[in-house]
Amino acid sequence: MKFTLSWLKNHLDTNADLEKITNKLTMIGLEVEKVINPADVLADFKVAEIVSAEKHPDADKLKVCSVNDGNKTLQIVCGASNARAGIKVVLAPIGSYIPAGDFKIKKGNIRGVESCGMICSYEELGLDGDSSGIIELSNDAPVGVSYVDYAKLDDPVIEIAITPNRGDCLGVRGIARDLSACGIGKLKNCSYEKIDIKSGEKSSIDWNIKTDKCPSVAGRLFKNVKNVESSDWLKNRLSAIGIKPKNAIVDITNYISYELGRPLHAYDADKIGNKLIIRNSVKGEKINALDEKEYELSEGMTVIADDNQVHSIGGIMGGVVTAVSESTVNVFIESAIFDAINIAETGRKLGILSDSRYRFERTVNPLSNNIGIQSATKLITEICGGSACKTVFAGKDNYKDEKIKLSLDKLKKISGIDIDIKDVEKILSDLGFAPTVNKNDIKCTIPSHRPDINCVHCLIEEVLRIYGFDKIPALDLPKSSYLSKNILTPLQKKILLGRRSLAGNGMNETVTYAFMSDKDAQSFSVKKRDYNDLVLLNPISEDLNRMRPSILPNLLNAYNRNKARGYSDIALFEVGNSYQSVRADGQTNLISGIRAGKITDKHWSEKSRPTDVFDVKSDCIVALTAMGINCDNLQVDTNTPHWYHPGQSGILKMGKFELATFGTIHPSVMKSLGIKGTAYGFEINLDQFPPAKNKGKTRPTYAPSQYQAISRDFAFEVDDEISAQKVITSANVNKNLIKDITIFDVFKGEGVAKGKKSIAINVVIQDSKKTLSESDIEIITNKITQSVIKATGGEVR
Amino acid sequence: MSEIDLEAKQLEIIDNINSANNLDELEQTRISVLGKKGIITQEMKSLSKFDGDKRRQMGQQLNIIKSKIIEAINEKEELFKQQELNKKLASETIDVSLPARNKRIGKLHPIPQTVEEIVAIFGEMGFLVAEGPDVEDDWHNFQALNIPPLHPARQMQDTFYTKGIDERGASSVLRTHTSPVQIRTMKNEKENLEKGKPIRIIAPGRTFRCDSDLTHTPMFHQVEGLVIDEQVNFSHLKGVLKSFVEAYFEIDDVPLQFRPSFFPFTEPSAEVDIGCSRKDGTLKIGAGADWLEILGCGMIHPNVLENCGIDSNKYQGFAFGMGIERIAMLKYGINDLRTFFDSDIRWLEHYGFSSFDIPSLVRGL
Repeated sequence: MKFTLSWLKNHLDTNADLEKITNKLTMIGLEVEKVINPADVLADFKVAEIVSAEKHPDADKLKVCSVNDGNKTLQIVCGASNARAGIKVVLAPIGSYIPAGDFKIKKGNIRGVESCGMICSYEELGLDGDSSGIIELSNDAPVGVSYVDYAKLDDPVIEIAITPNRGDCLGVRGIARDLSACGIGKLKNCSYEKIDIKSGEKSSIDWNIKTDKCPSVAGRLFKNVKNVESSDWLKNRLSAIGIKPKNAIVDITNYISYELGRPLHAYDADKIGNKLIIRNSVKGEKINALDEKEYELSEGMTVIADDNQVHSIGGIMGGVVTAVSESTVNVFIESAIFDAINIAETGRKLGILSDSRYRFERTVNPLSNNIGIQSATKLITEICGGSACKTVFAGKDNYKDEKIKLSLDKLKKISGIDIDIKDVEKILSDLGFAPTVNKNDIKCTIPSHRPDINCVHCLIEEVLRIYGFDKIPALDLPKSSYLSKNILTPLQKKILLGRRSLAGNGMNETVTYAFMSDKDAQSFSVKKRDYNDLVLLNPISEDLNRMRPSILPNLLNAYNRNKARGYSDIALFEVGNSYQSVRADGQTNLISGIRAGKITDKHWSEKSRPTDVFDVKSDCIVALTAMGINCDNLQVDTNTPHWYHPGQSGILKMGKFELATFGTIHPSVMKSLGIKGTAYGFEINLDQFPPAKNKGKTRPTYAPSQYQAISRDFAFEVDDEISAQKVITSANVNKNLIKDITIFDVFKGEGVAKGKKSIAINVVIQDSKKTLSESDIEIITNKITQSVIKATGGEVR
Repeated sequence: MSEIDLEAKQLEIIDNINSANNLDELEQTRISVLGKKGIITQEMKSLSKFDGDKRRQMGQQLNIIKSKIIEAINEKEELFKQQELNKKLASETIDVSLPARNKRIGKLHPIPQTVEEIVAIFGEMGFLVAEGPDVEDDWHNFQALNIPPLHPARQMQDTFYTKGIDERGASSVLRTHTSPVQIRTMKNEKENLEKGKPIRIIAPGRTFRCDSDLTHTPMFHQVEGLVIDEQVNFSHLKGVLKSFVEAYFEIDDVPLQFRPSFFPFTEPSAEVDIGCSRKDGTLKIGAGADWLEILGCGMIHPNVLENCGIDSNKYQGFAFGMGIERIAMLKYGINDLRTFFDSDIRWLEHYGFSSFDIPSLVRGL
């Protein structure tokens, strides 16, 4: 919402300066976003007169002008076709700054002719207006005075952000009323209120309301008007707030919209029938609207039509056929109330944004039809002349003077402070709530301009925002013995540990979007019936059009972006969700990571090594261990999801719980993502963790064995398909004595039969009660050998 | 030999020892003096030629000489060993300016780190961390928060809709704010509240709006706060936020400005600005004449309490919400929102945090 200081002062009697006013606006909830005074920018420009204009000797389209600036005569070369002797113009003297071009005027030489300044167009000044040539001021413009003074541009433009509840402040008068309530001046009487709207000859046009979406309407016919160019003051005000002046009638309706927050619509009365019907639209009806687009209406929109056709989409936009133009002689002004929800729905369906829709959506004062006609009457008759007919009305005002009682106790309970009842009463009175005090209660009547007020909290807010939030002290919360000490859930605690362990293991944490492209998602999905539920109806782009079924594709694409920048040794992880359905439980907590490129850099001390599956497996184990999982007892399953290489991937399981998957990303998946090379990934599913046993923090007693541990190596030749896990599991023949089993060599090739491999393990054996004798050791090593041979079908090497 | 001879011999021997050039020569000297046939050994043997006092006197003198010689040999030997070690060490010299062995350590992303900082501060004030789904239904995201369909407030938030339909038949949405977690918490905690246990939660998480330009990303993070009790009022809201801002920015007495504003789910509502200066294009938090908006807040609207089945005559409270990226940008001098989600490894390493950097109020955030 934009307005100028002088405009505000038409409604507010105040001595406050600009700074005080803008500060106060912000502090009562009308946030000032910008204040610009055109006078500051255009201070150098002067009114001047072209004394003579001759053709440039060396350029057809240029003129050499003698320009009188009130002091002296300057020679200026000008390219405008309307540059001619005798007209009053706007001069930019040497040294002045041109806002539109962001440059300073210097003495120039244009094709051999000296030029000492510039004659300006509106565009060059950053102003609205006809910019096909230079500005032509009226003949009585005084030469030599500042253009800012002449054009009355010394009027700061204030722009404020209006919250959706404050429809009343979409007009300057509402803003003035708020300011008057907080001690910045006094609200002036409204100059339109006395205008008579019932006089005049009988109107040849009348209303018929056939929908409950328009409770009431008023209309007035003006005959024999001259739809001239608006008066300067009107054009200046509209230009100042960025609305291009068109013709008096259009300018007046725009002006009233910003002055009173009261949208009006003007019809060329000679182009409409005598009976205007306000009704629901019929599916398929069409209208060419003022924005020169054709709209096809669906059912249930509110339209204004005659017997022949639809002339306006009620409260949103009029039709181009009945639009007023310079040749309009008879004009019919509509001032109506439309249902806010219906306007919002229609506006959204048709995709029309207009000042009118904006105001009606935020609810227009239901008693403002008359003031709309009154203000239009005053301005039209003043500017366009003509005669006004009797106003025609239809429908009933939809307003009940509802009462709400505010008690001082409630005010204190919410605000925490005591406010004198006299202060409360004054604030409410100035805002128009007609308060009546009864002991500690204040009865308020909701005025028609504040349809947003509907409960006692609203009144409390009104009182506090005017009284000042800054007068409320900042206090600590009361202590409460009921508060839990468990700030984080067990899962949240795990995540903290998991993240930090992975960073410690060399991975960088990232955060990527929770959506991705549907195309990329295909490769990472297990499709179910509701698979398409997670496609977005209004995505930002095709690249981000569905919720991700996995974090991996986002990480892989991140890898690809880094690679394109020349960084191809990548280790990234993210903690986040994947999405399986739109239900509240349809998302999964994951920690996912990818690695690619070299795991160790080229270094003088050792060879660089490419990443492999066991690096991402290590990431899983490191994170799982940090999160409290005992990884000694995990099983590795190879029945992995299809986005992994089938021979180079695994699932880490604890009983039935599938804690994590890891492996080489399937080459076809890489190809479909458009990524060259190999990458490795893992996904830890935090929702698959076994339910925590409530063991508390106490750990089992620990008594380390006093007796010596011994270490024995074994080597087995087994079939290639036999997993290491099988060898280890089968070697573990006595859980009391065997403390550790490590694979220290896996070998294929020379000395090993084809289709076989050699696996060498180291076993640590220790008894907690005695030193093991040679024969004890022999018994257990034999057992190990036999067990492995039996389980694997292999033999000792 | 006479005593004088012995003295002279001793000097000669020590001279020999000192002039030995290496361990071998020293050993030769030792053998020639202390070996079986060495001079001193011989002299010791010849003591038997003397009697009584003379023998004792000569013996004593010889022992003194012998121990002096041994001492001299040991000293010299030590010197040689030291020289030898120095030589060995010199031969083992390596270029210690060579780069150290690599140990790759990753960094933590500023968003989760900032969330942990926020949790640390509010945790101290007794706020539990609550969560809710990213894909929400219309009721939780809007209607329960006093935002009916077609309310103009919906235009404040450009909503992403999914093809999926929620239980009430509306398109599911990507939550536009973390406020639906308020609703879920109030519904779950209603009975505890009635037993006297106040609600104090914060809810950090991902949020989504259909907007993408220099200063907007379609996904971003918010943290929501909610306090409900019988007596908590606007002054407590101010107190909590003041404590938070001071702890987060680690500045005592940060100027804060509460400006009236509008959110459908709070009334009165306020936006909060933090005092700052923007001199010479650098932003400094905590001092100066300018204001910078950092969060929105207000007293819970009674309709919202009633929508969750909570008696709005008995219970009241406040809520607040802020953008995590925004406050992270302010604190850590990150100037482009979009870079948070680009996964540029150079950015992550520059703005990331060490895994040892665990936010705690004691140590500082």
